[in-house]
Amino acid sequence: MAHLIRAGSSCRLASSGAARSMSTAWWRHVEPAPKDPILGVTEAFLADPSPAKVNVGVGAYRDDNGKPVVLECVREAERRIAGNSNMEYLPMGGSVNMVQETLKLAYGEDSDLIKDKRIAAVQALSGTGACRLFADFQKRFSPDSQIFIPVPTWSNHHNIWRDAHVPQRTFHYYHPESKGLDFAGLMDDVKNAPNGSFFLLHACAHNPTGVDPTEEQWKEISNQFKVKGHFALFDMAYQGFASGDPERDAKSIRIFLEDGHLIGCAQSYAKNMGLYGQRVGCLSVVCEDEKQAVAVKSQLQQLARPMYSNPPVHGALIVSTILSDPDLKKLWLKEVKGMADRIIGMRTALKQNLEKLGSPLSWEHITKQIGMFCYSGMTPEQVDLLTNEFHIYMTRNGRISMAGVTTGNVGYLANAIHEVTKSG
Amino acid sequence: MHGGNDSHSSPSPSPSPADRRINALVRHLQGSPLDAADPCLAAAPTSAAQISVFDHVVRAPEDPILGVTVAYNKDPSPVKLNLGVGAYRTEEGKPLVLNVVRKAEQMLVNDRSRVKEYLPIVGLADFNKLSAKLILGADSPAIQDNRVTTVQCLSGTGSLRVGAEFLARHYHQHTIYIPQPTWGNHVKIFGLAGLAVKTYRYYDPATRGLNFRGLLEDLGSAPSGAIVLLHACAHNPTGVDPTAQEWEQIRQLMRLKALLPFFDSAYQGFASGNLDADAQSIRMFVRDGGECLVAQSYAKNMGLYGERVGALSMVCRSADVASRVESQLKLVIRPMYSNPPIHGASIVATILKDRAMFQEWEVELKAMADRIISMRKQLFDALRSRGTPGDWSHIIKQIGMFTFTGLNSTQVAFMTKEYHIYLTSDGRISMAGLSSRTVPHLADAIHAAVTKAA
Repeated sequence: MAHLIRAGSSCRLASSGAARSMSTAWWRHVEPAPKDPILGVTEAFLADPSPAKVNVGVGAYRDDNGKPVVLECVREAERRIAGNSNMEYLPMGGSVNMVQETLKLAYGEDSDLIKDKRIAAVQALSGTGACRLFADFQKRFSPDSQIFIPVPTWSNHHNIWRDAHVPQRTFHYYHPESKGLDFAGLMDDVKNAPNGSFFLLHACAHNPTGVDPTEEQWKEISNQFKVKGHFALFDMAYQGFASGDPERDAKSIRIFLEDGHLIGCAQSYAKNMGLYGQRVGCLSVVCEDEKQAVAVKSQLQQLARPMYSNPPVHGALIVSTILSDPDLKKLWLKEVKGMADRIIGMRTALKQNLEKLGSPLSWEHITKQIGMFCYSGMTPEQVDLLTNEFHIYMTRNGRISMAGVTTGNVGYLANAIHEVTKSG
Repeated sequence: MHGGNDSHSSPSPSPSPADRRINALVRHLQGSPLDAADPCLAAAPTSAAQISVFDHVVRAPEDPILGVTVAYNKDPSPVKLNLGVGAYRTEEGKPLVLNVVRKAEQMLVNDRSRVKEYLPIVGLADFNKLSAKLILGADSPAIQDNRVTTVQCLSGTGSLRVGAEFLARHYHQHTIYIPQPTWGNHVKIFGLAGLAVKTYRYYDPATRGLNFRGLLEDLGSAPSGAIVLLHACAHNPTGVDPTAQEWEQIRQLMRLKALLPFFDSAYQGFASGNLDADAQSIRMFVRDGGECLVAQSYAKNMGLYGERVGALSMVCRSADVASRVESQLKLVIRPMYSNPPIHGASIVATILKDRAMFQEWEVELKAMADRIISMRKQLFDALRSRGTPGDWSHIIKQIGMFTFTGLNSTQVAFMTKEYHIYLTSDGRISMAGLSSRTVPHLADAIHAAVTKAA
């Protein structure tokens, strides 16, 4: 057979020298990629030897000792499922049980949409995976559409729709002067967008600002969406985590559903069940009828299959074990409220500390904002000072992860913030 | 007299889905206070809100492989046999969780210090290092030179997809050659990643073996730099692998033409029962100092199917290149799912890093491979003893989980209808689905199909 090779070439065939003589260097031109702005913060924090260091960067919950938490309900669920009969592939759409329980959380226990099987839903790889699946689906089935994204938003949202090749536009959201919602700007952008535009909305506990519309404002937004025939995709990563009450945190979604919108919803259990690394979430799309829901679900599966075939089973089992057992579910609700309450407590403490230090600035926004993050209003330069002088790590947009604040470090944190901001 | 509880009246029928939709529409048409103020609302916006923007979406066809199991599940026959999807089954026909995996899982569950935090984008560091060693060899010079970057991905599928996306962005050639036939999902993965897909001849139906001449011709005429997908061992669906000599010739040709190897390793240890033997094709390429990609899966060889554990390794020219490549792989992963799932990778790392557990795994893995090899022998003997026409030696020559029987779709349909045996229409059977008890039934079915059906 060797003659077949020699016949087609003029190169000498050395058994191991061929590769070296070619000096192929496929990747010489590959540039080092920029560090992820959020995850890079934790890397820097870990590398810092200072004993006083504080990590208020990435949004992962910490207890009052600054330690990560595994919820008791999760530990119990894991005990039950360890020694499981098998680790077989889930269907492409994931765990049916887990998806059903998850839909109840977002749409309501007695949702007619669920009863009428009008929701196309698949298990997804946490919130990221749910958003990405939707973005890919949007590209495939609404190829001329674009996505309107709030300013600011979680930085990875931009990456997701970019990689899905869906063009992006932005809409006004955060009002820097009031450190609250730019409602007028938001409504203008909604009105001026072409009819039938796709909008990404944070259901509650907006990341990174912590600024949410009021119920009345949500109603107006929903109404304007009706007028314009817009599509609403809700990214709900903090249900239960914002107010402590999952039903309350889903209010924005329920308002839209009441108004008859056919929404999309990306849900994550990363924070509210502390399942971060398990990558458990769900993407749902409300349809006109059951037939359409079956079609849409089948197409979502077609997008998941060439990405990862089927989603991981372990986290999904934890979720369905907890949510389908009334006692475990009760325990979960209690633990979620506990986490939310601790954060609300830290907000109060941080604000009070800053006021006691005699800060000339207003820190009202710390307690008005909600969820894991506080948009402090600090500049990137001030953040750099915090890091370099005080070993406090946060993203340069001034976002503080309140979950990283404890009774042990809130005083230090307040002092440091005061120092870098007191001159205005 | 009957009091407040109207228990004697018949309950009103619960509203149908159609009723509920009409009720909702009525509510909207009657409007809310806000509606009255806005004249624009008159232009039937409620119907705009009610019509889905995805109204035109049609139902996707069933996945051909998974569809087999769906049909099997519907069949009430007591003698039905599922030889469709490639998941290992015991002699009793049950799925298997390896003992060593159970052990590892218990250790993890009992360790209260473990948390469920996000893994880094590239996954669990231990897992990555150990996976690279497993596939490339602990003494691999590429590893010693730090020229390998390994990132945890979602099983084989995820590893292939991440690698393909990277190539579509950073590699100068956007065509990948895949063997004919290959796993059905390959073409979808590469297509969605943005690569053009071409095929090279692989399976020879006449010999039910390798079409080596055709393979060399097709790779020989591929443009310089093209990507080539290679099944590291236990080719899916045919079970036909090149010999060591044939692999050497493939390697020489590919290096000559500067073709980029992309290995899919889904069955290491599962094919021959020996982890090192099943990695020889890859190691041969790495030994020559050249570059390649490797997608690894632990779905079959550790039975971790649903946990989605795998790894993508890129063997590069230098440590500097490997580091830059890794940073770009992170940019592919972050907008896909941010970071990979922790559970399965933790199990794998626990097993690979503990000498005793590693050895236990090797024993259990060999047992699975041996059972499959034994099923091959039993089926071959059963067909021989029935005098079934044809040469069935390919059953024992092919390797891994699957046998490409050579049966055509008519014969397959016959076997399903008359004998309740479920397999994919290309004639591929999963040997893992067979047991000593069911081999005779399958042999009868094949015999009948060959002698009666076209």
